[in-house]
Amino acid sequence: MGIMAQLPALIVVTPLLLAFLVYLVGIFRPRLSYPLVLLGTSLSFIFSLGILYQVLHSSAPLSYHLGGWEPPWGIEYRIDHLNALVLAAVAAVAWLVVLFAKGLVDREIELQKQPHLYTLLLLEITGLFGITVTGDMFNLYVLLEIASFSAYALIAMGGRGAAFAAFRYVIFGTIGACAYLLSVGYLYILSGSLNMADLKGIIPGLLHSKALLVGFAFMVMGVGIKMGIFPLHSWLPDAYTLAPSAVAALLAPLFTKVGAYVIVRVTYGVFPLSFSVKDYPAAEALGWLAIGGVIFGCVMALAQRDLKRMLCYLIVAEMGYILMGVATGNRTGITGAVLHIVNDAFMMACLFTVVGAIHYVRGTRDLDDLKYLHIQMPLTSAVLVVGGLAVVGIPPLCGFFSKWYLILGAVEARRWGMVAVLLLSSLLNAIVFFRLIERAYLEVQPAEAFVPNGGTHLKVKLDSLPKGMIFSLLLLASALLFLGLFSGTIVKEIIYPFVNGL
Amino acid sequence: MAELLAKYNYWIYALLLCVGFYGMMTKGNLMKKLIAMNIFQWAVIFYFISIGAKKGGTVPIIPGGHGGGHVVVEATSFINPLPHVLMLTAIVVGVATTGIALALLIKIYKRWGTLEEEEVLQRLRDRDEVKG
Amino acid sequence: MTDRWGDLIIETVARLLAPFLQLYSLYVLAHGHSSPGGGFQGGCIFAASLVLIVLAYGAKEARKRFPEKVNLALCAFGVALYAGIGWLCIFLGGNFLDYGHLSRLLPADPVMARYYGMAGIETGVQITVMAIMVAIFLELLTAGEENG
Repeated sequence: MGIMAQLPALIVVTPLLLAFLVYLVGIFRPRLSYPLVLLGTSLSFIFSLGILYQVLHSSAPLSYHLGGWEPPWGIEYRIDHLNALVLAAVAAVAWLVVLFAKGLVDREIELQKQPHLYTLLLLEITGLFGITVTGDMFNLYVLLEIASFSAYALIAMGGRGAAFAAFRYVIFGTIGACAYLLSVGYLYILSGSLNMADLKGIIPGLLHSKALLVGFAFMVMGVGIKMGIFPLHSWLPDAYTLAPSAVAALLAPLFTKVGAYVIVRVTYGVFPLSFSVKDYPAAEALGWLAIGGVIFGCVMALAQRDLKRMLCYLIVAEMGYILMGVATGNRTGITGAVLHIVNDAFMMACLFTVVGAIHYVRGTRDLDDLKYLHIQMPLTSAVLVVGGLAVVGIPPLCGFFSKWYLILGAVEARRWGMVAVLLLSSLLNAIVFFRLIERAYLEVQPAEAFVPNGGTHLKVKLDSLPKGMIFSLLLLASALLFLGLFSGTIVKEIIYPFVNGL
Repeated sequence: MAELLAKYNYWIYALLLCVGFYGMMTKGNLMKKLIAMNIFQWAVIFYFISIGAKKGGTVPIIPGGHGGGHVVVEATSFINPLPHVLMLTAIVVGVATTGIALALLIKIYKRWGTLEEEEVLQRLRDRDEVKG
Repeated sequence: MTDRWGDLIIETVARLLAPFLQLYSLYVLAHGHSSPGGGFQGGCIFAASLVLIVLAYGAKEARKRFPEKVNLALCAFGVALYAGIGWLCIFLGGNFLDYGHLSRLLPADPVMARYYGMAGIETGVQITVMAIMVAIFLELLTAGEENG
């Protein structure tokens, strides 16, 4: 029982310790660094399942006091249903992407530098897990910055224009983090506490204060920059496109989703429900931003030729969906937003790994070079189809269910603009993906026209990808199906207890 | 009016914040952007430290301490140590950000030979890597 | 600044000042409990003494005394010290960084064990900060050419 009680701290500390171990080991034996990374992420995945199990079987949120000090004087790690679900999703995606990453890292980065990349990867994962489990506002800032620094350095490891994109990201990201820190300061001045659960009790007595509104605005702005909300998203396309493929596959699904979790937690876990809906029209303003984001993301995704850049604009659109769910202000909408956080992590991981696999085999990310993909890489094309259909929202894949809850929530809140945009964007997403599928599947040419790897035989075994990449592609695609089929269970068991407690 | 002027620490921090923000937005040289980002971060740090201060306050240390006998403590005259502690961490974060940004600047300079944002963007556009 | 300047006054003053700076940094570390100070500040001052030597003697000479691998190994060691003390507290039955449980190992009561635990992690922080500051400085100085 001892280790089960210590899991909230272990899940953050294990990748941290392993990061420095990977660095030390990597100085002498660079080849050992990848197995250690895989060990770290597998352990974290198991821990996160343990935490989910514990939360589902207990009546109160898990509360872990760092240093033995009781909150609100000490730092508390507080895991309730929302946390546990997002943590499990993040850990699972991280593990699958690390499984995927070895082939690409071996190809793109030289052996001496690989331990550096793996160290930064583990530090990034530490930061992401920490943001998800912590219950203290300032601790969240520290862990947000840990995750951000690792992201800056990881993105800069890609060649060509990556250093400049990373520098722009540094400037943007620091503005965001400082805005978040300012908001923590405002809340601290007003309430005297930094603990989220404590603030939840104190804020309803402060609702007349203008400083509280400014604090909330800074918070949304700060986390919005990190999350990629339109119009604060402009660092996102360049940074994730120019990063190494393995890095983009890890960062793009996870970092933005953890930011979205923070917005859900702050808007509904710290501030009371009535703050966003009745007292100030915060939800309405966020709704308009979200509508703009979805339209912008979908239209820009249509205009791209580079596959990775297209996916980056789709991320902006998906963040718009989550913000829409938050902005409806009713329980159905929030359910949709939380379900979409989990679904979108897997969907984007699936799509980014597909693009990484195409890059590995064909060396290209251009839309027009997708011809005959189904002949050369049948498995990858199938996973592309599955991912694309999930993003469009076709049952029984997972995307349908989260969009369903979002539409229901928007109808309940009488935001007809949101409903229209949700339906229109599904159409735009369908256009985007059917373009891809058409290029990959329907351009039938004589078999002799394409000669992969110098051979004349076109039946290439298992897409000529390493085993790890195949495994993770298959697992991600089946996760999309699995999440879709079990959406009802997830919503009933995990999300409703959180949402009904608001 | 006097009450607004009495809270001069907020005016100072807001001024620094605006100076930093203006620098980040308008200056074309990447190094100047970095310095402005530093000013922006320090404005937030000054704000936090200023809210912990108190007129006529003393250091929040109990003399004698553990096992040193009983000392009468006037808790209301202590200044608040929590913002100072939080800002130690924030200063470290600022240092780390500056370190990363400087390393990136060196990489950019070695690659493109210039630190002017417009020139770097122009060369990237010529190579069709960044779309503006 | 990678080569020696060869100026006698600067070299002598740097050589004389550096040990005092290092001693002062240890004082700052130890007094962190009851006055301004602590691990980060002590580490910065220690790093300042090493930077002084680099400025006076040039990076090539300084690298001979302070090779890069030692530098980065020290950094990892500092973090390992910090996290190791935290883990030790878990093994002894408390939460992460719950120093009161260290009283089973050290000859002190739980309250003083917290004192020693904090001193231990501050030492780890000082080592890491010193190593990282010097590493950043040398990397920026040589524009990453020395070892890459």
